[in-house]
Amino acid sequence: MDADKGRAKKMVVKNLSFFYGGSKALTDVSLDFYANQVTALIGPSGCGKSTLLRCLNRMNDLIPYSRSEGQVLLDGESIYDPKVDVVSLRRRVGMVFQKPNPFPKTIFENVAYGLRVNGVKDRSTIEQKVEDTLKNAALWEEVKERLYDSALGLSGGQQQRLCIARALAVEPEVVLMDEPASALDPIATQKIEELIHHLKKCYTIIIVTHNMQQAARVSDVTAFFYLGKLIEAGVTDTIFTRPKLKQTEEYITGRFG
Amino acid sequence: MPKRLQRELEKIKKRILYLGAMVEERLKMAIKAIENWDADLAQEIIRRDYEIDELEVEVEEECLKILALHQPVAVDLRFLIAVIKINNDLERIGDEAVNIANRVQNISTRKKLNLSFDFSVMAEKAATMFRLSLDALVDLDLDLAFKVLTLDDEVDLMHREIYDRIKEMLSKNPDYVGYLINLYTTSRHLERVGDHSTNIAEEVIYLIEGEIIRHRAKEEALQAGEPETK
Repeated sequence: MDADKGRAKKMVVKNLSFFYGGSKALTDVSLDFYANQVTALIGPSGCGKSTLLRCLNRMNDLIPYSRSEGQVLLDGESIYDPKVDVVSLRRRVGMVFQKPNPFPKTIFENVAYGLRVNGVKDRSTIEQKVEDTLKNAALWEEVKERLYDSALGLSGGQQQRLCIARALAVEPEVVLMDEPASALDPIATQKIEELIHHLKKCYTIIIVTHNMQQAARVSDVTAFFYLGKLIEAGVTDTIFTRPKLKQTEEYITGRFG
Repeated sequence: MPKRLQRELEKIKKRILYLGAMVEERLKMAIKAIENWDADLAQEIIRRDYEIDELEVEVEEECLKILALHQPVAVDLRFLIAVIKINNDLERIGDEAVNIANRVQNISTRKKLNLSFDFSVMAEKAATMFRLSLDALVDLDLDLAFKVLTLDDEVDLMHREIYDRIKEMLSKNPDYVGYLINLYTTSRHLERVGDHSTNIAEEVIYLIEGEIIRHRAKEEALQAGEPETK
């Protein structure tokens, strides 16, 4: 893959299989995620892409009767090692969900929350951090006059950017996004996509999307999943102009099923 | 979800093949006009060129519409891009038929010179190249497409031979300068038909393989240290 030239592997998935009870959701997936790149995971519903995303910060731990085999490494170290503290793992590997889910608190508190949880107490440090993060999430200009209003009064697109800001406030290294723009209108979607493009300078971003054009627009690497297996991963512009495998081509051109 | 795009692409394929058939008919007329120096047939080619022009615009508009509305990717995208370019080459081959018709009209009234060469072999070869490039498109046949590329060298060679002959004849027939220049230009138009057919074949290869092979032969020749042939 050309994308790996001179880039550090931020996360590495090796022979990962994942089971929900008796059913296998991922089969022997191996995939590298490069630092400062956007990797898009695509595939039809139930293909395992969200499951994989949730394995990357152990969100799947919360699901009863689930188990995994294989390895997930962050900077070369297994995140499933018993010594790993899951809370600090999730601080390093943040997540943004499909539907904006701000806390029913003020805009300020939504961003400050993670800082407080992580033990930051100094008021002025928190204020500065909230401002920086909201700027980074391209939301500051729209909310600076009403930081102490409820976050629930924001538009959907603003709420989603607030959730991104909330994820960024604790300075993660990897940001996981599960369909971050699927509930948004085209203008809000465009803002999120611009933001993703801007954020990759500082973060490693992994995004699940059903929107093929969005994957094409925002990602450097695209990985196509089907029935729990990684079918093809490659540089995005190659995947969308001349994918190697017939199955990939059939999916992205809409000939599937 | 995908069915509509597939139907649109099928439709566009039919249109481009229809245009190809129309252009092929004109090319055959042009070759026949050269054989018999038939000014009436030449006039017919010139008069009906608008049909090709109109269809070319129609195909291009269809392609742009599909690109805007369906944002195709992968093989569908390559197909549309190939069609847009082939469409252009087809129209240009139609123009070459018109150009040949103009040459025929220019010299049909003159008393015939006894030529030491025959256009028909070159004309047939150019027409074969065109036929094969269309067949390659219809059947998405890589071998046929590559065959067209090799035939182009033969047509180019014939063109150079005709050039040499005409140069000889020019010095011997000073009152036939215009006539001979028209003959040379006719050869040039046939050679261009070969070039456009080569373009079509290259587009077919791109469509199938996803790789742009244009200029590759030239690069390889340069790398091998051979002098450029054109």
